[in-house]
Amino acid sequence: MDFSFTEEQQLLRSSIGRFIQEQYRIDTRREIVASETGWRRDYWEQFADLGLLAAAFPEADGGFRSSPIDTLVIMEELGKGLVVEPYLPTAILGSAFLCNGASEAMRADLIPSIMEGQTILAFAYAEPQGRYNLANLTTFAQKDGNSYVINGYKAVVIGAPMADKLIVTTRTAGEQRDRDGITVFLVDRHARGLSRRDYTTIDGYRASDVTFDNVRVDAAAVLGEPDGGLPLIDQAVDAGIAAICGEALGAMKTVNEMTIEYAKNRKQFGTPIGKFQVLQHRMVDMFIAYEQSISMTYMVHLKLDAAPVERVQAAAAAKVQIGKAGRYIGQEAVQIHGGMGMTDELALGYYFKRLTMIDTQFGNVDHHLRRYARAA
Amino acid sequence: MDMQFTPEDLAFRDEVRQFIADEHPKALLGIRYRQHLKREDILAWHQILYQKGWIAPNWPVEYGGTGWTPMQRYMFSEECARAETVTILPFGLNMVGPVIYTFGSPEQKERFLPKILSAEHWWCQGYSEPEAGSDLASLRTTAVLDGDEYVINGQKTWTTLAQLANWIFVLARTDPGAKPQAGISFFLVDMNTPGVSVRPIKLIDGSYEVNDTFFDNVRVPRENMIGEENQGWTYAKFLLGHERVGIAGVARSKTALGYVRDMAAHEMVDGVPLGEDDGFAAKLAEVEIELTALEFTELRSLAAESQGRAPGAEASILKIRGTEIQQRITELAVEAVAHYGFPKGPSEDGATVGPAYAVGAVDNYLQMRKTSIYGGSNEIQRNIIAKMVLGL
Repeated sequence: MDFSFTEEQQLLRSSIGRFIQEQYRIDTRREIVASETGWRRDYWEQFADLGLLAAAFPEADGGFRSSPIDTLVIMEELGKGLVVEPYLPTAILGSAFLCNGASEAMRADLIPSIMEGQTILAFAYAEPQGRYNLANLTTFAQKDGNSYVINGYKAVVIGAPMADKLIVTTRTAGEQRDRDGITVFLVDRHARGLSRRDYTTIDGYRASDVTFDNVRVDAAAVLGEPDGGLPLIDQAVDAGIAAICGEALGAMKTVNEMTIEYAKNRKQFGTPIGKFQVLQHRMVDMFIAYEQSISMTYMVHLKLDAAPVERVQAAAAAKVQIGKAGRYIGQEAVQIHGGMGMTDELALGYYFKRLTMIDTQFGNVDHHLRRYARAA
Repeated sequence: MDMQFTPEDLAFRDEVRQFIADEHPKALLGIRYRQHLKREDILAWHQILYQKGWIAPNWPVEYGGTGWTPMQRYMFSEECARAETVTILPFGLNMVGPVIYTFGSPEQKERFLPKILSAEHWWCQGYSEPEAGSDLASLRTTAVLDGDEYVINGQKTWTTLAQLANWIFVLARTDPGAKPQAGISFFLVDMNTPGVSVRPIKLIDGSYEVNDTFFDNVRVPRENMIGEENQGWTYAKFLLGHERVGIAGVARSKTALGYVRDMAAHEMVDGVPLGEDDGFAAKLAEVEIELTALEFTELRSLAAESQGRAPGAEASILKIRGTEIQQRITELAVEAVAHYGFPKGPSEDGATVGPAYAVGAVDNYLQMRKTSIYGGSNEIQRNIIAKMVLGL
């Protein structure tokens, strides 16, 4: 048993760390979030040059992924900088869907372009009535000769405004919540009949609600099995869950460090507040919550290629841990910072917001507790 | 022992309920998040209560109070919360007002109290400083007597709605040589005095509610000092006791819990309302039970006060539990709205994204983290109970 990182992974970590230190400080992030497009394409090109995008794809597709731990390292570092560029949908989910579900032709067409930073993806799966159930779909794709016609509505598609292509989950047969009869499509942003309502999210991303009004796509745009897309979706979402657990680790670590630093420097009653035992114990609990989160995040990454039941339980368990720890650490960090923790001036609030939304993303604690229980 | 309200209390409650229904501006009822209100909206309900003579239930009758019993005052605030009236700001009525009528000179009472009632003066609080938060007595703002005027220099922070206020009450050090608590005085300062400036502080939800307030050689007439020089700490502590009146927020929390129930009735989990999901229903029940315990703790405290016993550590219990419950309810709202917690405001074309009840749920969660920090942080409240009640 060995939980150490390879030399390549450590190099990857330090190069992203350097990028964030030098080019992605909190003021820069504020500017990016407030900008018209909400992201920096030149940074994205740097990500490509640094190999962050190729690190998500296997050698067979021209990438250099050695294990799921490679992208864990990347997500953790991106989490420290609260990077809003669309790495999760494009690299993590893109890799999961394309490597497990795309035809040879589609892989050859898209993966090089993604690794070069030329193609951005977004994942349109949530629907208002579906909540966190990935199979609860009313967006319908009707087969029509050699193509499909999609009608429906997708909620909160993170990264859609900048995406070149959307990965869209649809129902093609069966009832609204059947596990069968689901088909995944790759849909071009310019497809006729596709319209977006764009907005900024609480945690600084751009997202859209997307309407499909008789959007026609070729049968060659199907990812995975027609009418049998759910296993592919589940697998990709679990990879996404693992990734945002990694991102949360970076955010939690930063928040804990900020809080300890603040408690050492902030003086009240003639002494640093970090000397008060009541606050020390709370910071210890924040530290323990972070350590437990590391463990669960490693665990889920190491089980991403396990049999589905084992993978599902691992992902659900990790997401529960991260959801609870993220809330606890975020709230306690604000409390220990006092009034300063409530201000936009400190970076802390941005981490707090992201940790809050990570609990919601791909299903919150309650959802994954049930998923865990049912998977057994 | 009994837990019945008297017929008089119930009749009073009906009278209040009817008055609110008849007189409160309809468009301003049920606004969830106060920070979005405009100045005139905040003042509208104040003026109606002022005309009715109900603006200062906590004040002695001779200064404009209503003469209500503690139970009637409680019922009044409960009815306002239940109907979701505009919140009356506490800074004049519950904070500086009682200081003035308790410790002020006859001239100060005559000059300031009527204008608090009429809202001609909008007060804000100059207590906290960047280096003096929980440890308020370490404040550094100074006031030096020069002829008939004090000259105030320093910085206050977290001044709520200072951008709308025209008066501020300020704690300043008048004896730098004395023990921290001993050298402080209490001043009433016109915000329009040269040298007073206000800088807004942006909060994590993007709102502007609090400010830094700077004093640069601000000259304040000697007659604007409350009571005696260097006795300000006594007045300040007295005021903090009044700040916690109503801080339990039982009725507001009931209303907020009602919102979450409404969300949970509309949010569907595979065809079944979230509110009928056993897990979520149990969470709602848990908060409601905690709220019941808080409500009866508050009623016990009120009953004791009615019988003439002075309030003790109850204020700290009510503050701690009240804010914890308020915060818990905002967490449940975030859980309830699921994906539609993500949008920050409307879309680029100005449309509301997702259901109306989801708008602001996460911002409110973020914003309400302040409640366990302000008004004496919950850590300070626990210190008070440990020291004053448990004798530790």
